[in-house]
Amino acid sequence: MTQRVGVEVSIAVADAVRMANPDVVAAYPITPQTHIVEHLAELVANGEMDAEYIPVESEHSAMSACLGAAAAGARTFTATASQGLALMNEVLYVASGMRLPIVMVVANRALSAPLSIWCDHSDLMSVRDTGWVQIIVENGQQAVDNTLCAFRIAEDRRVLLPVIVHLDGFNLTHVIEPIVFPEQADIDKFLPVSSYPLPLNPDKPVAMGSFAPPFIFTEAKWAQEVALKNSKGVVLECWSDFSKISGRGYSPVEKYKSDGAKVLLTTMGSIGETASVAIDRMRAAGKDVGLLKLRLWRPFPFDELRVAVKDADVLIVLDRDLSFGGPGGVLASEVKAALYSLERKPKVVGFVGGLGGRDITMDGFEDIVNKGMEIARKGSQHEYEIYGVRE
Amino acid sequence: MENYAVYVPRLVKKKEKFAPGHRACIGCGEALAIRLAFKALGNNVIVANATGCAEIFTSQLPYTSWQLPWIHTLFENTAAVASGIEAAYKAMGRKGKAVPPDTKVVAIAGDGGTSDIGLQALSGALERGHNFLYICFDNEAYQNTGNQRSSATPFGAATTTSPLGKKSIGQFSWKKNMPEIAAAHNIPYVATASPGYPFDLMDKVAKGVATPGPAYIHVYSPCPTGWRCPTDIVVKLSRLVVETGVFPLYEVENGRYKMSMELPQLRPVKDYLKLQGRFRHLSDDTIKMIQERVELDYRKLLEKAKDGSKRSKRKSSPGTAKVSA
Repeated sequence: MTQRVGVEVSIAVADAVRMANPDVVAAYPITPQTHIVEHLAELVANGEMDAEYIPVESEHSAMSACLGAAAAGARTFTATASQGLALMNEVLYVASGMRLPIVMVVANRALSAPLSIWCDHSDLMSVRDTGWVQIIVENGQQAVDNTLCAFRIAEDRRVLLPVIVHLDGFNLTHVIEPIVFPEQADIDKFLPVSSYPLPLNPDKPVAMGSFAPPFIFTEAKWAQEVALKNSKGVVLECWSDFSKISGRGYSPVEKYKSDGAKVLLTTMGSIGETASVAIDRMRAAGKDVGLLKLRLWRPFPFDELRVAVKDADVLIVLDRDLSFGGPGGVLASEVKAALYSLERKPKVVGFVGGLGGRDITMDGFEDIVNKGMEIARKGSQHEYEIYGVRE
Repeated sequence: MENYAVYVPRLVKKKEKFAPGHRACIGCGEALAIRLAFKALGNNVIVANATGCAEIFTSQLPYTSWQLPWIHTLFENTAAVASGIEAAYKAMGRKGKAVPPDTKVVAIAGDGGTSDIGLQALSGALERGHNFLYICFDNEAYQNTGNQRSSATPFGAATTTSPLGKKSIGQFSWKKNMPEIAAAHNIPYVATASPGYPFDLMDKVAKGVATPGPAYIHVYSPCPTGWRCPTDIVVKLSRLVVETGVFPLYEVENGRYKMSMELPQLRPVKDYLKLQGRFRHLSDDTIKMIQERVELDYRKLLEKAKDGSKRSKRKSSPGTAKVSA
C-alpha cells in the first residue's frame, strides 16, 4: 500500500486525472476550480501528462471542446464551478444526449447575485436534470477515488454517459488533506485505454447530432433515461472493483450510525464530516440519531434511500441550495418524493443552510436536529426552515 | 456568363461527399457552395457543423447527406468543437491510438453562427492556432429561423427583424466585416469566395485546408427564400456581388492581401440590389449612399492589396485565370 501524503485536494484531484491518462483537457479558470486546472496545465507543460491542454476562452467552449474531443474518441476532462457551470449548461445536455463519456469535476460554489465565491450547492442543483451521472464527495480521498472511478463509469459500454464529480469549493478544494494515491499499475488495469464505440473517423463515417423529428425524439430521450438509470449497476460494480485495489468502498447512500436510529439527518458534500462528529456527540449524550450521506445524486438511489430510512421516525434533510418560490431545498423535495409511496415512512423535515459558504458548526447541526425533531412533533407552517438566517 | 451555371458542373469533378436528396430550398446558394467546397476537400475530413440551415437540411434522423464523419452540437460553439476534435487527433495520434494520419478538421457555420453568436468561440479557436479550416456560408440573415437580421445583413436589407416601416428602411447597420476580423487574428490564411466563381472557391478551400494552422474562408451564399429573388439567378447574383464590389474576392496569406481578380471598373450596385426583394424599397439616395460606401471599402481593400496584387500578377494563379475566362 502506498503512503498517505498531505496534499491540497485540488492538486490531488489533478494528479488523479493524470493517473487516468486523459488525451484532452479543455478548461477555463474560475474560482475555486483554478488549482485543479493550473496543476493540470503544469503537468502537461512539464511532460508529466501526455495530453492536449486547450486553454479555451469560456466554459461554454470548454465543454464544447470536450464534446469534439470525446466524439473523436479521446479521453476527456474538464473542471469548473458556479457561473462557469451555468454558462456550460446547454452544452451539458448535449454531452449526455450524444452519449459522450466526458469527466468533469465541479468545485461547488454559490451562484450570483450577489457574487459569492464560496461554497453551496446551487450550481450543483442547476445541472440536476442534464442527464449526467453525478457523484458527490465529502473529502479529498473521496474526490481522488471518484475522479478515477468517473472515467471508468463514463466509458463503460453499458453507460457511455458523462460523469460529474462534485466537491465543495474551498472547504475541499483548498484544504490540505491526507491522501492515499492508488498504484499507477493498478489504475492502468482498472482503467484501460478508452475506445469509444463509434468515434468521428474518416475510415468509418458517422453522423452525430442529427436533428430528431417528433417520431424519434421520445425514443431517444427514453433510451437516455434507461441508460442513466441502468448506470447505477455499473457505478456499484466500479466502486466494488475499486475497493479491491484501494480498500475503500463507496455506496450511493452512505450510512453513519444510522441503523435503527429513530432520527436521521441527511447531508451532501463536505458538511457530512462535521455532521458525523456532531452525531457522535449527540449519541454520546443519549440521542437516538444517525446520519445519511448521499454519495450518488444521479441516478437517484431510490432503493438504497428507502431501505436506509426504514426504521426512522424523523428524517431531517439539510440542503445547501434553495429552489426559489418552491418547496425549499431540492434534496429534501426529492427525498420526500422518493418516500411518498411507502406505507411506513419517516416524517421529512427540510432545512436550508450553509448558503454562500456560511459554516454550519457542530452546535449548528445539533440545533438543526433539535429543531427538526420539534417540527416533526408539532408540525410547521412552512415547507422548510432556513437555518441561521437573520431576518 | 449566363451559361456559366450550365457548363460549370461539367468541368468540376463529379465525386463529392455531400449526397443529394437533402431538403434545402430550391435555388439554395449555400447548398451549392457546400457542394463546391466539399468537392475540394476530399475524403480525409471531419466536419463540425453549427446549427443552421445546412445542419437542418442535411440531417434529419434517420437520414444524412454527409458521407464524411460529421458532428453537429450547438449553434455558437462549432469552432470550439473543432478545436476539441483537432486536439483529440493530435493527442491520440501521438499516443499511438488508431486514428487516420493527416485528418483535416473543417468547421462550417452560417453568418449568425459565425459573426454573431459564435464569434467568441471562433476568435478563441483562431487565436489558439488550431489546425483547422473554418468556412462561413454567409446568407446574410438568420434564414433557418425565417430571415431575421444578423450582423452580416447588409445595410438597407429588409428582414423580419429589420423590417421596412414608416421609421425604418430595413437593416440599420453596415455589414460586419468578418473576413477582416478573422485576418486580425494573424492567422495564416483568410479568403472570401463566391459560388459564382466555382474554381476560385474550390482553389481557396483546397488551399485553406492544406494550410497548417487556422484558415478562414467567408463564402457568399445567396438565399432566394430570404432575399426574395428568383431561384434561377443565384449564380448571377454570386457574380454580380463581386463585379459590383459589394463582396470582393480576395485572400490574406500570412498577412498579405491579394485580390483574386482584377476589376478595371465596378458595376453599379444598383444592378445587384434591384434583383432582390429585400432591397426593392431602397430610394435612389440610399442606393447612392450604399454605392459610396462600397467604393470606399473597395478602395481601402485595394490599398491593402497593393503589394500582393503586383506579386500575383507575376505569378498569375491558375484559379484566377480560369475565373476570368
